[in-house]
Amino acid sequence: MTTTIYIPRDTTTLSLDGEQVATNVRIAAARTGTDIKLVRNGSRGMFWLEPLLEVQTDRGRIAFGPVQPEDIDSLFDADFANPDFANKSAQQHPLYLGLTEEIPYLKKQQRLSFARAGVIDPIDIDDYIKHDGFKGLAKSLQLSAQAIVDEIKDSGLRGRGGAAFPTGIKWQTVLNCPPQQKYIVCNADEGDSGTFADRLLMEADPLSLVEGMTIAALAVGATQGYIYLRSEYPQAHIILNEAIANAYANNFLGDNLCGSDRSFHLEVRLGAGAYICGEETSLLESLEGKRGLVRAKPPLPAIEGLFGQPTVVNNVLSFGAVPHILNDGAQIYADYGMGRSKGTLPFQIAGNVNRGGLVELAFGTSLQKLLDDFADGTVSGRPMHSIQVGGPLGAYLTPEQWQTPLDYESFAAIGAVLGHGGIVVFDDTVDLAEQASFSMEFCVEESCGKCTPCRIGSVRGVEVIEKIRNGDNPEQNLELLDDLCETMIDMSLCAMGGMTPFPVQSAMKAYRAQLSDQQQSVKGH
Amino acid sequence: MDATSARANEKIQEIIAELIDKPGALLPILHEIQHAFGYIPAQAIPRIGDALKQTAAEIHGVISFYRHFHTSKGGSHRIEICRAEACQARGARALESHAKQTLQVDYHQTTADRNISLDPVYCLGNCACGPNIRIDDDIIGRVSPEKFDRLVDGLNTVSLQIR
Repeated sequence: MTTTIYIPRDTTTLSLDGEQVATNVRIAAARTGTDIKLVRNGSRGMFWLEPLLEVQTDRGRIAFGPVQPEDIDSLFDADFANPDFANKSAQQHPLYLGLTEEIPYLKKQQRLSFARAGVIDPIDIDDYIKHDGFKGLAKSLQLSAQAIVDEIKDSGLRGRGGAAFPTGIKWQTVLNCPPQQKYIVCNADEGDSGTFADRLLMEADPLSLVEGMTIAALAVGATQGYIYLRSEYPQAHIILNEAIANAYANNFLGDNLCGSDRSFHLEVRLGAGAYICGEETSLLESLEGKRGLVRAKPPLPAIEGLFGQPTVVNNVLSFGAVPHILNDGAQIYADYGMGRSKGTLPFQIAGNVNRGGLVELAFGTSLQKLLDDFADGTVSGRPMHSIQVGGPLGAYLTPEQWQTPLDYESFAAIGAVLGHGGIVVFDDTVDLAEQASFSMEFCVEESCGKCTPCRIGSVRGVEVIEKIRNGDNPEQNLELLDDLCETMIDMSLCAMGGMTPFPVQSAMKAYRAQLSDQQQSVKGH
Repeated sequence: MDATSARANEKIQEIIAELIDKPGALLPILHEIQHAFGYIPAQAIPRIGDALKQTAAEIHGVISFYRHFHTSKGGSHRIEICRAEACQARGARALESHAKQTLQVDYHQTTADRNISLDPVYCLGNCACGPNIRIDDDIIGRVSPEKFDRLVDGLNTVSLQIR
């Protein structure tokens, strides 16, 4: 009897010798005459357990991890590929984790967008359909364009790239433009440090992105879509292209979609290592084959976007949420979350933690609770000290702020951003002035150069922080830095210059507190 | 492919001809040329410009905007070290200085034996398993200085071909 074994082929698994694990499993299976079918799924998002190997048993999938290439012989010795759940020898293996679905890290989550991640073969159309795939599309094909847009509006879905703009309103704007060439563009330029949710979805469940974009096309009357993918994601590139080819081959993309009179074409375009191209207008310039210079708004991309045509630009996760909303109804989605932050957000726990990974939960839990429930302390064993939330343009938060509910409005109220849900933990060895300096340095490196506060302000910022760190007129220079930050916030054309001051000012504030604590303790002795 | 070979210009024209009809064809063309040669050779620039009805300066302006594109031949392998915050929190700064010292180069430079080019990168999206590096198209996680040395040794080992 054939046993199905799952070993992911996502970036994280491959980065931790996952390919060698898969190869060793094949070799050992051949040697021992074990009849297996090896499925290369995506990751479940429990990255500390990767490479996570799963076996289909009569009671569900059981997991072993983290598996290294040298563990394979002992797994075969323990008869791990036995589909009988009651098999004692497998349960006694040191890497045995029990039923995958019962692992607390996974069980405690509310998975909507990531329900299929790690479960299915990411490029297998039949597997996707078996797990409710293309149901949202089937419903959309029966609806009017306006009815689809209304569903999205009613769900309360807000853009998941960081800016949290209501997705339904954006779609309505594009729908309201007279019929002409319109485009659907997916922003898959996930450049924020500490974020990997887009990548995980593209590598684990790319067809949900394809389906979400196709529904968007039906909703606004577009016939061509592009996924703008960062070049730092070579594995996602491979998997996306395979998934798209399979969707074409099965008539879920192309002309006469699913036998209807509608058509939608989709292509992946690679970025080239520019963080600024995650900004939507810069992304559009780049897609047009130009330098990624930010455009002034208005006109909005919804009205004059790609090649001057009406364009929906949404993040991977926004499109990924769409099939679910159309299939289950707007209300079920809106019932998750709190206040104006509806649905779920995949939090990404990263940096100095033992159990980093993706945790999809309804909005509203606190940072402290999230880390207590999932992170399992720091790798270094030292206390957590400051946490950067929302990527390189997000504030550093110190412990007294960790009780803030994780939703867009509560974060905005304390001068922080939830952004794309990335959470980077630092221990108490962090030099916050160095982090502040890095934020400015990053802005120097990544500024598109179009507006002065960002292009020049960041250079001046690096210099001023250097002076403060060297004890050169620190009080006056701190004042100068505040002034500079205000100018950048008020006068920059986009979030690059306009938000770089968030990490800078929060880090400098914490740095000053750290300094005065040290001075107090020196005086105390 | 060697950019000085007789076939090089032919290859460049083939790539341009294949992609020119795509809307916004410039980035796809540049990616394909870099994929073929390891960098964008100088002779490609006016040819792309002619095809797209743009000046060589405009094409060069686009190339220089993007960190991923290179206009000179690098080493046989390219190592990128993630400098971003999530990797910093897990020891990337120590790894950076170790790498520069071991390879005896700074960022944007190539080792004396022309085997390895070193570049910074800002996030490889593997932020729970840093510090991360990319060697050519492989991303590698939890890279300690010792693991880095082992990986470099692997790149420096010349395999013998038996004919």
